[in-house]
Amino acid sequence: MISSKISYTGSNKSRPPPPNTVGVIGWMRSNLFGGSVNTCLTLISCYILWLIVPPLLDWTIFNADFTGDVGGECTTEGACWAWLDQRIYQFLYGFYPPNSYWRVNLTIILLFPALAYVLFDNLPFSKQGRWFSLAYPFVATFLLIGGFGLEGITTDKFGGFMLNLVAGISGIVLSLPIGILLALGRRSKLPTIRILCVSFIEFIRGVPLITLLFVAVIILQLFLPPNVTLDQLVRVMIMITLFASAYMAEVIRGGLQAIPNGQYEAGKAMGLGYWQSMRLIILPQALKISIPGIVNTFIGLFKDTTLVIIIGLFDILGQARVLQTNPDWMGKVDHETFLIASVFFFIVCFSISRYSINLEKRLDKDHD
Amino acid sequence: MAQNRDPSIKKTFRLIQLWTDERWRGLIFQFLLLLALCILVAFIISNTVQNLKTAGMASGYDFIFDTASFDINQRLIEYSSTSTYGRAIIVGGLNTIVVAILGIFASTIIGFIAGILRLSGNFLISRLVGIYVEFIRNVPVLLQIIFWWVILLALPKVRNSLSIGESIFLSNRGVRLPSPIYEDGSSWVLAAFIIAIVLSLIIKRWSFKRQEITGQILPIGIIMPALIIFLPVSVYFMLGQPIGFETPVKSKFNLRGGFNVTPEFVALWLALSTYTAAFISEIVRAGILSVSTGQKEAAQALGLKQNIIMRKIILPQALRVIIPPLTSQYLNLTKNSSLAVAIGYQDIVSIGDTVLNQSGRVLEVISIFMLFYLTLSLTTSAFMNWYNKKINLIER
Repeated sequence: MISSKISYTGSNKSRPPPPNTVGVIGWMRSNLFGGSVNTCLTLISCYILWLIVPPLLDWTIFNADFTGDVGGECTTEGACWAWLDQRIYQFLYGFYPPNSYWRVNLTIILLFPALAYVLFDNLPFSKQGRWFSLAYPFVATFLLIGGFGLEGITTDKFGGFMLNLVAGISGIVLSLPIGILLALGRRSKLPTIRILCVSFIEFIRGVPLITLLFVAVIILQLFLPPNVTLDQLVRVMIMITLFASAYMAEVIRGGLQAIPNGQYEAGKAMGLGYWQSMRLIILPQALKISIPGIVNTFIGLFKDTTLVIIIGLFDILGQARVLQTNPDWMGKVDHETFLIASVFFFIVCFSISRYSINLEKRLDKDHD
Repeated sequence: MAQNRDPSIKKTFRLIQLWTDERWRGLIFQFLLLLALCILVAFIISNTVQNLKTAGMASGYDFIFDTASFDINQRLIEYSSTSTYGRAIIVGGLNTIVVAILGIFASTIIGFIAGILRLSGNFLISRLVGIYVEFIRNVPVLLQIIFWWVILLALPKVRNSLSIGESIFLSNRGVRLPSPIYEDGSSWVLAAFIIAIVLSLIIKRWSFKRQEITGQILPIGIIMPALIIFLPVSVYFMLGQPIGFETPVKSKFNLRGGFNVTPEFVALWLALSTYTAAFISEIVRAGILSVSTGQKEAAQALGLKQNIIMRKIILPQALRVIIPPLTSQYLNLTKNSSLAVAIGYQDIVSIGDTVLNQSGRVLEVISIFMLFYLTLSLTTSAFMNWYNKKINLIER
């Protein structure tokens, strides 16, 4: 046996790490120039950035034209933003009468408290708030369409980004109850109900939205009695709702499957009937788990509302196309209008998805 | 229990049982639902028949044998304006399948590269890829399709078309590529190509067997591509270059020769591939992150190289997580290709729309669309389910 006694004679103070592993240099070494592949990637990225960023800045800002009444007055190399001050309202509100823009704005502002009272239960006045959330769809319809003292506005005036918002939000809100029923039906023990729900869901998910919109525009009228005519926007919204409800059903089914069997059994043991145990035990938990999926469905549906331009409604993309083919602006504003429209979508979709990630984390904590 | 066996109880059936007994209630509920559905369907059918009669619209599928009398500029099979509607719809269906397959191919490659790069330790590249993914994902695909289309249409006219190496020409009529000319003996080159593929597969299996027995690794990553390239190329030169390329030639007003790809196709393909690739990259990223770091560390401890770790340890495990959502992305791409109608790429929806307007058979044409997409969706998901099962089998 060899025994050795280790004796330590140095100072107790640890030495600082080598200077090239800490601070800016250390960060650069590990994140940008660690190894030949990494350095290569960094150089390539720098090259790409150099190719994209300066010309883009030049185009959007430094070389851009900001004033003028027609496209011909935009003479520089860069972007032509002169249309913005006259046309941005059409991009946002379509053909909605300008003196009623406040009604759209109020509808959107009221949406936030209505949503908040559904999502969170620790807010002040939560009881009255719930009633407000329930009443919100009717309030919104009243504000947007008018009647009862407000000036009536027909739905063919709806357009621009507001049309995207109205179609997307109402589609998702209306599809939620249908989706819940379909998801429950898909897991039902009764074979007729199960088969009907599965075939409906799989059918809708198997065909593109555009074919359903064709149905809305061309066929739906054939199915109705001859003396009944539905508004074009209502028909489109019916089909968007049906479309979203199939996707919603799959999201909620995922949530239902994630609830452990013990919860179902506990409901039965408490003597609750099917609907009672669903309403009081299963669905509150399942819906909470499904929130990220529901938000994703909403983002998908919201982006898909641009499809209405194919059947002749003028949403924000439609307004962009209108301006691009306007003789005053033709050939001058192609990229600019697309950029503005995509920025609107990006802001809404990106912030919602970020918020959903945040919400998911918060709800996760609630659960423990 | 004793009560259940008592026959006297079974006989007494009270009417209230229809509501209180779960089984009876279920049966009644199903019956009522079916009844309501039948009434609804009958109502719809009677309305439709009446509406069609008052509008004087004919019905039936016999229209597919009528002459279409419109032209289609991109076609894989023989078609002229004297062909039938049925043939026009088939041409459209094939066009949809072409753009879907090419889109799936491109989006998978871009998506996997982007997904892996986004996880790279390199700060700049992962941020750059992140910006690409987030921007593309949050902007509607229809906007992107129309954007690319407008960009392509703004290219110079044919007369001033841009050329890449005097063989590929870009203009507002699309992209003109050199087209291959097959002379005698070109089938031998094709045969050599197929033989090379078969041979390399055999070598791969043999080398795996050898590796299992002896532990020696053949560099098949070099041998296989070398074989697949070398054999056909050598046959090609031995037979005196039987396959030539007809490069487009710029004349005064037009381009002659070559093979034209329409701007609509390029726009649709570009937009669909980049859009779907953004989603695929997120799926790939999640899949790779789902493999526990212990696996990577174990492989590093064994002294495996970085690319081997990715190829043989991480990706096979990640694929199990990746494949189910990947399938739905492929299906989404296929369904999104129907947006071609907005820019006039002649896919099934766009041709169907023309047929619908000419023949007036709205119900029939739309049912054909739906049947087509349903068939595509169901076959794709069946295939991917099979593949998924095959991958899962390797697991215990």
